Amino acid sequence: MKIQGKTWRFGDNINTDEIIAARYLNTFDAQELGSHCMEDIDKNFSQKIAPGDIIVAGKNFGCGSSREHAPIAIKGCGISGVVAESFARIFYRNAVNIGLPIFVSAEAAESIKEGDLIEIDAQSGVICNRTQSKNYQTDKFAGFMQDIVNEGGLLNWIKKKGIK
Amino acid sequence: MSYTITEKIFNKHVKGEKVKAGDFVYAKVDLALGNDVTAPIAIDQFKKLGAKKVFDRKKIVLVPDHFTPAKDIKSAAQAKLMREFSQEQHIRHYYEVGRMGIEHALLPELGLIEPGKLIIGADSHTCTYGALAAFATGVGSTDLAACWATGYCWFRVPATIKFVYTGKMKKWVCGKDLILYTIGKIGVDGALYKAMEFTGPVIKKLPVEERLTMANMAIEAGGKSGIIEPDEITYEYVREVILRQDVPLRKKTEMSLRACRERWDELKSDKDAVYEARMEINASDIEPQVALPHLPSNTVSVSKLKNMPVDQVVIGSCTNGRISDLRVAAKILKGKKVHPRVRCLIFPATQAIYLQAIKEGLVEIFVNANAVVSTPTCGPCLGGHMGILAKGERAIATTNRNFVGRMGHPESEVYLSSPAVAAASAVTGKITHPDAV
Repeated sequence: MKIQGKTWRFGDNINTDEIIAARYLNTFDAQELGSHCMEDIDKNFSQKIAPGDIIVAGKNFGCGSSREHAPIAIKGCGISGVVAESFARIFYRNAVNIGLPIFVSAEAAESIKEGDLIEIDAQSGVICNRTQSKNYQTDKFAGFMQDIVNEGGLLNWIKKKGIK
Repeated sequence: MSYTITEKIFNKHVKGEKVKAGDFVYAKVDLALGNDVTAPIAIDQFKKLGAKKVFDRKKIVLVPDHFTPAKDIKSAAQAKLMREFSQEQHIRHYYEVGRMGIEHALLPELGLIEPGKLIIGADSHTCTYGALAAFATGVGSTDLAACWATGYCWFRVPATIKFVYTGKMKKWVCGKDLILYTIGKIGVDGALYKAMEFTGPVIKKLPVEERLTMANMAIEAGGKSGIIEPDEITYEYVREVILRQDVPLRKKTEMSLRACRERWDELKSDKDAVYEARMEINASDIEPQVALPHLPSNTVSVSKLKNMPVDQVVIGSCTNGRISDLRVAAKILKGKKVHPRVRCLIFPATQAIYLQAIKEGLVEIFVNANAVVSTPTCGPCLGGHMGILAKGERAIATTNRNFVGRMGHPESEVYLSSPAVAAASAVTGKITHPDAV
């Protein structure tokens, strides 16, 4: 699978309250959550992005609460993936579990500028920065996380394993 | 081989070869928790999975505590969805409004948490239970759904950072100050993916409620879990809460001090267990702490803050809404009045704590001081309801997060502190050292 889009940059420690504020947690409708994605740090984020665009952030992206509404909101507003220096752990597993493509690369997180056009080959984990003509290798998923990613999320992985 | 307490707990929950930090495991879960915000997604995912019945109706806990008593129609619908699922699946541990409390205060109080258990919760503060020597960590709703269907969850066994607290705590310094100080030292990702094991002479004497506060905030340093080895203080607490239930989960003979020791002493980390890092913190150096906006790691000593007026004071939450927290607040508020410019909101974390506060006369002290006492709810901590901040307002709160917009408007501010500092600030109307009131 390849994803391609224009990038939107965020800093370190972007927390789940910023990704989707708690006042919207009275629903889990992806479209509705998506329309409020990143609202408290970038008011018109969901309107200005185009489907397929990619978020690039610093360290500890998605820290804070366990709300799965955060990766759902990111998917729901049309973002196709997130590249960061590092991810907070619950966000990380939530993204893997619901099939939101995420990539860890300190080099990419530092080098990519807002508005760069990038292409990511999810299989090889290589990010190609078309604007800067640079390539970055992202970290491999460890252990059986790669299998969950390959299955497109936890539910498919469990179905394949078979429910006891 | 030598193991940390965390590795030992995992080894009791996986089949086959012994596992160590870094290993990927598919582990058996003892208790799986959800709330009115996270369970609705889990219910949806459970149905998408094609599952019909939960793995064990006695090992699932559902607590409507975030937006309840329902704050609006959509929240009422989410709570209803969870209630109907609980009825349909005959979930034993579903706690309705009137019986419920803030989940992380409620579960220990109900005797559901024991040393050595492996617990997941679709709530990031599930790490609280590590204070009772359980491995407990926050997960998402899809993880919870998968666990409901299978009884298992996937993990990477975390490496452990050992935090050793020495010295003597100053007056007014409590578990909240220790953990805020620690997060201030290591940063909000200082323990990313790690287990934080709290130990040392200060911890060995620390009461359970303050231990719960410390483990609760492990997540604010990025930690996967916070954990404290079981000791006499743990056993005393677990024994008391289990035996006081109408239908205790264990027999009295199983809960003698000797039986507790025999069952749980072996969980303690081995002397030569491998730690990723060790950090010593001298508690004697620590003043009451305040975390400034907008990260829990922006900590300073309260005395550094001169003339910082507040509009609202919140005392409560899964971090500091227990009876000992209310007692400290009452000690300071007794015979005094909340500053006329300030709203002081107090949230006993569970119905039992609420009742105890009434019996001890604490509620009367609060009402006489012009504070309000609310039904248990997570409410304002996450900007849900019952105390939302307007643009430009500032609160000091005993809660756990001070992110942008956490308690309301994106241009409002939250300062985090202990109950003592919060109560003192309510009296003066500005952030204040408890000694000054």
